[in-house]
Amino acid sequence: MIAHSIIQQLHAILGPGGVLTAPEDLAVYAYDGTFMDRRPDVVVLPTTTEQVSQVVALATAERLPVIARGMGSGLAAGSVPCDGGLALVTTRLNRILEIDVGNSAVHVQAGVVTADLQAAVEKIGLFYPPDPSSIRHSTIGGNIACNAGGPRCLKYGVTGDYVLGLTVVLADGRILRTGGKPIKDVVGYDLTALFTGSEGTLGVICEALLRLIPRPRFIRTALAEFPSLDDASRTVNAILTAGIVPVALELMDETAIACIEEAMHLGLPLDVEALLILETDGNHEAAVIDEIETAARICGETGARRVQVARSEAERTALWRARRSVSPALARKAPNKLGEDITVPRTAIPEAIRRIKAVSARYGLPVVIFGHAGDGNLHPNILFDRRDPAQWAAVEQMVEAIFAISLALGGTLSGEHGVGALKRPYMEKALGPLSIEIQRRIKQALDPLGIMNPGKVFPQ
Amino acid sequence: MTASHDQRPPESAYLNCIRCGLCLAVCPIYREYLTETASPRGRVALARKGLEGELVLSPNLFEQMYACFDCLACNEICPVGIRPADLALALRATQEAMHPARWKRPLFRGLIPHPGRLELATLPLRLYERLGLRRLAYALGLRRLLPARLRDLEAMLPCLPQRPLRQHIPEVVTPAALGFAGPDPTADEHAARENPAAGRRVGFFLGCAQNVLFAEESAAAVRVLARNGCTVITPAAVRCCGMPARGYGDVAAARDQARFNIALFEQAAVEVVVTDCATCGSTLREYGELLRDDPAWAARAAAFSRKVRDVSEFLVSLPLRKPTGRLDGRVTYHDPCHLRRGQGVWREPRHLLQLIDGLEFVELPEADWCCGSAGSQLITHYETSLRVLARKMENVAVTGAQIIASGCPGCQMQLNVGVRRHGLAIQVTHPIVLLDRAYEGS
Repeated sequence: MIAHSIIQQLHAILGPGGVLTAPEDLAVYAYDGTFMDRRPDVVVLPTTTEQVSQVVALATAERLPVIARGMGSGLAAGSVPCDGGLALVTTRLNRILEIDVGNSAVHVQAGVVTADLQAAVEKIGLFYPPDPSSIRHSTIGGNIACNAGGPRCLKYGVTGDYVLGLTVVLADGRILRTGGKPIKDVVGYDLTALFTGSEGTLGVICEALLRLIPRPRFIRTALAEFPSLDDASRTVNAILTAGIVPVALELMDETAIACIEEAMHLGLPLDVEALLILETDGNHEAAVIDEIETAARICGETGARRVQVARSEAERTALWRARRSVSPALARKAPNKLGEDITVPRTAIPEAIRRIKAVSARYGLPVVIFGHAGDGNLHPNILFDRRDPAQWAAVEQMVEAIFAISLALGGTLSGEHGVGALKRPYMEKALGPLSIEIQRRIKQALDPLGIMNPGKVFPQ
Repeated sequence: MTASHDQRPPESAYLNCIRCGLCLAVCPIYREYLTETASPRGRVALARKGLEGELVLSPNLFEQMYACFDCLACNEICPVGIRPADLALALRATQEAMHPARWKRPLFRGLIPHPGRLELATLPLRLYERLGLRRLAYALGLRRLLPARLRDLEAMLPCLPQRPLRQHIPEVVTPAALGFAGPDPTADEHAARENPAAGRRVGFFLGCAQNVLFAEESAAAVRVLARNGCTVITPAAVRCCGMPARGYGDVAAARDQARFNIALFEQAAVEVVVTDCATCGSTLREYGELLRDDPAWAARAAAFSRKVRDVSEFLVSLPLRKPTGRLDGRVTYHDPCHLRRGQGVWREPRHLLQLIDGLEFVELPEADWCCGSAGSQLITHYETSLRVLARKMENVAVTGAQIIASGCPGCQMQLNVGVRRHGLAIQVTHPIVLLDRAYEGS
């Protein structure tokens, strides 16, 4: 229970409607996109960086954990209040403060929905490439805090590649501004990069200055059908070594296809083991077409039975909407799913998939595989029913086995979801003790009281 | 459904929600308040936690179920097949079973299912219009003396009819009775063979709001059907479709009304049941589902639901006469939630508008985003309703349209409020009225 005096002070800072304490409110801020469920003691909805600063200063004085949360779409339980505390929700920090066309930059508050940001800049011919699948239900602040990726990362890079500067409220309530509009900046340590991907453990990201690029004028998208999953995974390397840089190269296996077809009725083939979605873009139509045709030809040579280029923008949009819905659509098959996010060197993709399928067979629970095959980032999803203790025990062992596969092949635990609460037991295995020790010291320097998102990232 | 099902939705209604959050993007209420409590995912979580005993089924928990505007956008986007909007309605029934509200019985069983009483209850509104009091109130600026909330409620009212349509429309209207010939000789011959309209017996479901507030629109709908060769049967005894009762958790009353209407239209021996009200249409289509577990009625209800058509949908399926009259102006179209998502009808009304010479059709940005009406939300959730409406009116303003058409009385009333609040010179109407005018002008 949180002291009444603290609630009163929060009310004074945030004004009417900015503080939620009803049991019903606390119950719905207990989760993100995972099965974890722990209630905060209070929920606050600030609208300015100054309010965040005052709230965090109060939390420090009261030794209250601060858990930053955007729209709660995270897949690693990074915004679940494991130890209670104050859920600091950024959704009302939702203003686009400035679009600087001359410098191709945009200054936003952290709670702007990423798709809204993209729509706003695309109206004037600019482009913000990172496109996590949660693009319409996640905030830019959450994307930065997890250094989110997405299909287009293959060509354009991840969220962090577009962050020019940040406004961060530190654990003691002070406001730090990092970076700026200059593209080149080597003065001092790169604190912008430090906070990017810090998952709310070092401070609260309140504003961001983002780099934009010109919007590519032409896009082509193709769908390749593979009777063999193994052939599809080998095709990825064949395309990438042929001198083409596709925007995206997405893989989905047969269960993923079945789930999405059941949900969206797009007419996807149900008798193949895998689909690849390929996309190319650029400012010269002929070159864009040439690249998609080259990629399509390679698919044909490596075992695709059919490759079809989307004929209209509507068809292309539907295809991507389907791809973005794959992960949740899997829940048609089971009440729970655990989506992993391993990344391996791309030549190891076929081997990684073979070994993961073997794990699935050994434990008797389905593992669906889809993901951004082009950059080696796979999302093996274990389907299960958490109410069955035997299944849950198997899931825990399977997760460990999948991580072991990734590490053995030179890969890592997470490409874009982050560590959160779910992957922290495996951190040390992935990084080694020295790396963990250095990271602990950084954490200690910035958050000596340990109030910023406790119970996350670091192993216990 | 058994009684216990009425009280508690089945586990399958929420079990597989993995809380991905996709529904947050499309929920008009979430997008205004930006709190999880006001989101579909939040409502599903609350329902589950309440039903499983983690939370108390408190008044505040149930209140969140009434915060849903039932626009169905979450139902449509959920890749898992969870229907958060349906679950919110189901929880209202749970509350009603646990703590029946005293005021609901007289309203949903005593007044609404009885057209005569409803007509009497709304008589003062018609007198206000017909005695010239309304014109006077506007001319003298008396409306400005009303508190803002009351002024908005007044603005909801369309130009009210002299009499409810039910009191004067013949139960059977034939093309000949209105002076129209049989099937159109100019209509495409192939289409005529495929889908002969000649002599079709069409049941017309006259909804309550259409009857007492928008009588001219339903009169137009019947005229347009007859003009295209249909014999239109409008049973005068028709009762409320049941949506208001369902919306407030009185499922038993909704079922009673469904049984009554099914039997009524069975007697009329019609091929299809046409309505010009989006909400009635979507409710009638759900009779099969509503009475699924009633052995005596399940098959009859399912057969009835299969016959239901929105008027635009039915007209487009006919070999339609081309209206030869002309209407000048720019028109846009707002999709009623219960027409587009509830019934999958959205191309058809646009098609009808585009048949009319002189009328320039412009698409409305976010045409299928809720307008904030949701039946009675302007009364029960005034502030939210106006916030959702403001987003709609911003989109309407950019179209530059002089007319906004929408096939739902609730939406039209809400848009009337929007037009007046935002000072736009736009006429709000039903697409069928425009089509009728184009025919009449021939």
